[in-house]
Amino acid sequence: MKKTKTLVCTILTGVLALGLLAGCAQGQPGGSVSTDGSTSMEKVIGVLGEAFQNENKNITFTYNPTGSGSGIQAVSEGRCDIGLSSRALKQEELDSGLTETVLAYDGIAVVIHPDNPVSDLDVDTIAKIYTGEITNWKDVGGSNAEIVLIGREAGSGTRDGFESITGTSEKCKYRQELTSTGDVITTVSQNPDAIGYASLASVGDSVKALAVGGVTPSEETVKDGSYAIQRPFVLVTKADAKLSDAAQKFFDFATSPDSAGLIAQAGVVAAN
Amino acid sequence: MKGRVLERAVHGAFLALGLVTVGCVLLITVYLIVSGLPAIREIGLWEFLFGDTWASTAAEPKFGILPFLLTSVYGMAGAMVIGVPVGFFTAVYLSKAAPKPVKTVVEHMVSLLAGIPSVVYGLVGMLVLVPWVRSTFHVPDGAGLLVAILVLAVMILPSIIKVSVTALEAVPREYEDGSLALGATAAETWFRVSVPAAKSGIAAAVVLGVGRAIGEATAVMMVAGNAPNLPGLFQSVRFLTTAIVSEMAYSGGLQRQALFSIALVLYLFILLINATLNFFLKRDKEG
Repeated sequence: MKKTKTLVCTILTGVLALGLLAGCAQGQPGGSVSTDGSTSMEKVIGVLGEAFQNENKNITFTYNPTGSGSGIQAVSEGRCDIGLSSRALKQEELDSGLTETVLAYDGIAVVIHPDNPVSDLDVDTIAKIYTGEITNWKDVGGSNAEIVLIGREAGSGTRDGFESITGTSEKCKYRQELTSTGDVITTVSQNPDAIGYASLASVGDSVKALAVGGVTPSEETVKDGSYAIQRPFVLVTKADAKLSDAAQKFFDFATSPDSAGLIAQAGVVAAN
Repeated sequence: MKGRVLERAVHGAFLALGLVTVGCVLLITVYLIVSGLPAIREIGLWEFLFGDTWASTAAEPKFGILPFLLTSVYGMAGAMVIGVPVGFFTAVYLSKAAPKPVKTVVEHMVSLLAGIPSVVYGLVGMLVLVPWVRSTFHVPDGAGLLVAILVLAVMILPSIIKVSVTALEAVPREYEDGSLALGATAAETWFRVSVPAAKSGIAAAVVLGVGRAIGEATAVMMVAGNAPNLPGLFQSVRFLTTAIVSEMAYSGGLQRQALFSIALVLYLFILLINATLNFFLKRDKEG
């Protein structure tokens, strides 16, 4: 029994060690492009990566969904070619020698239960709800019930985007902090008094997306800038180092106007 | 001669494999200490352990893990209050009173319960228990400590039941026969003779349950709400484990180091529990 355990442990250790090697490997010139970062960008990077691979069969493309913070750190440590961030870089990150290129814009939808009579709030009211100034749905035209605030965990790109746009950074009185978009949507769809936020692209029929200041969130309203709650999807690179040929090729491919259609497939709006 | 060489080779191979396990443990321990200590030193041990505010991404970050510590302890205690009596009496019933077919079926079910992945417990908790607590107790949101306790209580049942049953079945038949011969009823014999005779094994079972409850992350994260509040029954809370998991992906700098420090605290917690377990097991062997 003990020996079996040891054996299993050894095998697992081996597999894990291989996993380390297979992670975000340094891009060999001409051979591979590694990207690392925002989980919110999974869809858009998936679509772009697939199309890029089809055109360049000899280049391996990898994407490591770790989160904006990790992706930025990975690129600054040279563990990948291009970092992916679903927020604009902070000043200290720009100072550390990184540069950002906006790839696309993502609308953040504010979602409620489909049975909730409320359908339109402005950014101010949403901010007041999230900071705990307004705590009952009846104050914003709903039924007499306490508002349940659902949010994302500290460090999440969606949370950062939502809080910085609504001006509620560090002031949100979350009832629940969930770790994925799916969890937020499931939780909101289960509770008639809940309000949450999630990437517009992932909002389905199980919840209702609020209009913000009279503007319904949609691709058009995000693109023309009339929908207020939106954030950039950013490609992060080192300012002073040249990308490898393969990585540069991908970078040009992703930011070219021809890729706008592909980016739109992922439910976000291309910047170029 | 050839046999001896083979023998030695096999011996060496197994020794090497054994050392891999030891190496893993040492590596993890050293890594945790090395990466966990800097943040504690920077924040201050007192401030870290007994600070009641966790705001890791604020402009002036605060890293107090008292809410997580208390939540983990309360959650574990709550799960024990529900899980231990249920598990204990089930074990007594299974090992002493249950007819053979019932015993076989129930033991299989218990094994099955042990094999269910924690994410499934979490999902059921999220989709069934959370709405249930919400409507039953008329609170605005069901996710919180209570649901986490209920989920944990069910999750620790298999370890408590299985280890207790083994301990109870190891009680020599003569003890019980003696008690029955002296005129004690069956129930008196189980609780006055069998249970005291197996008490260190049962204690070990409980400690094993504690370990499981305190180390669980996935299921708890799906039902506890994860806001860093001080614990209350219907309050949205964050455990030591979920504090690490929920912020690790996006963390950086001191925040990440502080998460390692939480891991270190959790590790010490579990070491303590294991030491307790060893103490009971050893006493069982000697006694």
